[in-house]
Amino acid sequence: MADKMHFTEDMFQPAEGNFKEAEKIARPTVSYWSDVWRRFKENKLAMTGFVLIILLVLLAIFGPYINGYTYYGQDFEKKNLSPNAEHWFGTDSSGRDLFTRAWYGARISLFIGLMAALIDFLIGVLYGGISAIRGGRTDNMMMRFAEVIYAIPYLLMVILMMVVLKPGILPIIIAMSITGWIPMARLVRGQVLQLKENEYIHAATISGANTSWTLRKHMIPNTMGPILVNLTLTVPTAIFAEATLSFLGLGVPAPQASWGTLTSDALGSILVGNFYQLLIPAILISLTMFAFNVAGDGLQDALDPKLRK
Amino acid sequence: MIGVITMLRYTLNRFKWAIITLWAVITLTFIIMHTIPGNPFAKEGAMPPAVYENLQVHYGLDKPLLTQYGNYLLEVVQFDFGPSLKSSSISVNDYILKGFPVSLHLGAQALVIAIFFGLILGVVASLKRNKWPDYLSMVIAIVGISVPNFILATILINYFAIKWHIFPVATWATWQHTILPSIALSMMPLAFIARLMRTSMLEVMGQDYILTAKAKGLKRSGVIIKHAIRNALLPIITILGILTANIVTGSFIIERIFGIPGMGDMFVKGISNRDYPVILGSTIVYSAVLILLIFIVDIAYTLIDPRIKVTGEKK
Repeated sequence: MADKMHFTEDMFQPAEGNFKEAEKIARPTVSYWSDVWRRFKENKLAMTGFVLIILLVLLAIFGPYINGYTYYGQDFEKKNLSPNAEHWFGTDSSGRDLFTRAWYGARISLFIGLMAALIDFLIGVLYGGISAIRGGRTDNMMMRFAEVIYAIPYLLMVILMMVVLKPGILPIIIAMSITGWIPMARLVRGQVLQLKENEYIHAATISGANTSWTLRKHMIPNTMGPILVNLTLTVPTAIFAEATLSFLGLGVPAPQASWGTLTSDALGSILVGNFYQLLIPAILISLTMFAFNVAGDGLQDALDPKLRK
Repeated sequence: MIGVITMLRYTLNRFKWAIITLWAVITLTFIIMHTIPGNPFAKEGAMPPAVYENLQVHYGLDKPLLTQYGNYLLEVVQFDFGPSLKSSSISVNDYILKGFPVSLHLGAQALVIAIFFGLILGVVASLKRNKWPDYLSMVIAIVGISVPNFILATILINYFAIKWHIFPVATWATWQHTILPSIALSMMPLAFIARLMRTSMLEVMGQDYILTAKAKGLKRSGVIIKHAIRNALLPIITILGILTANIVTGSFIIERIFGIPGMGDMFVKGISNRDYPVILGSTIVYSAVLILLIFIVDIAYTLIDPRIKVTGEKK
């Protein structure tokens, strides 16, 4: 028995083949975000919204230069023209080209929407994050404060601020941000509080991860989804609020234009029969609201791994 | 008995926060009013210093800011919003008393339309899922959410009033006058209710107790009305507060377009006249109405759904 147990080196040979190959994952790894994108692409309505947003942004950038008119140039011999070959969207009561004005207005409306969303994002994430991470009394105080501010009607506060501030783009954005950040702060706080108690966060902490590491590697990637959805829904809210402000005469000063001021200016013209002056900015606002809303909804569905097929 | 006491304590606590919020609104409006550059009489043109001083004394503007704040709080608590700067004979209270019933009528009518048609659309859409009633309600929901109410209002006026002469163009006289503004105001909340009711119904219809009810041999209509709709209504109640806020803030635009002499119209005129007491007074009244409504909705919700614990403890 003992003889047979004796192994010599020549009894062994290196194994054939590459065993690393066997361990290899044949299919490319699908990261969370590419998976989200795949599911988002399958949602036709959401994709329509997404393409519309890109189209609107491109037209806002290049639209004002397309037909050679300026947004402020007046031509009193060509007032209230219907859409024609020269003025594609017609002209307004001061003879300004409405095609150029519509896209110049798109610039301002979209800029206000995006900036308001960005500021809400920055303040909201910081406020909500700090509140959730500090916890305890600080959290309680901060959230009570936010709750009180949040109970004040958003549009009323924006209007009140606009009455005090001078008209212009920056004041509109500031007025909107004063109460606009709160939903974002509440959302981020809720997410972070939930994540804080997860096992993998505890595991990371025990393994020696410090706060900044946990924040960068775990908290932020995992809260990104709901934040993005909230952002896409903030943009149409801000555009709508801007339009409302303009409608009340608190918008950007002439000769600048936004979709809100274009609608407001056109209001008088419908009684004279120039309905198209109202229709064009109305369609543009509605399309934008539609696009951001369906894209946001689609993103929400795509981000939810539970709905994965 | 313990339930009643917790309920009472919860109500009191919510009431306390409602009061604190209202105080914050008043304080904020006061601060905003006093950071306005210039003074309220600047528009009156140059005046002798003696007259100016008399005006300052008359409106209490010569006193320290803290005293002014105290007086302002005291006045607001007594529902006195002071005189209008534009017409010295009419006080802000007169405006509010005249405009509030009109706005209430318009808002209530819009809310009824929104709830009634929103619920019907939502329920029908969920029962006929992926058939034409579902698509129809989806289209209405998308239009309601995408088209701002002021645009909808002008389109309604253009067709129903100017082109087809079915309804009067504007003003507030007979019942016919109330129809177009009510529809314009109700579209967005209607769309929200329809969408939420559809999802809620679909979720409830998939529950085990619905299967049990069907398996027992209950009639389909009975299952839908008694079991499904009743339970699906709960999420709708939670958003009623937000929807009312929507209708309230929407009303001042609709009132301006249709020339309805309500509080919204007064608010907008106050803005264009820079009549600060009117703006502040209506902001406070609007906020108070909203805070009160949300308070009532919260309390109603805990009463209707026995599963909601008022103690606020988490598992």
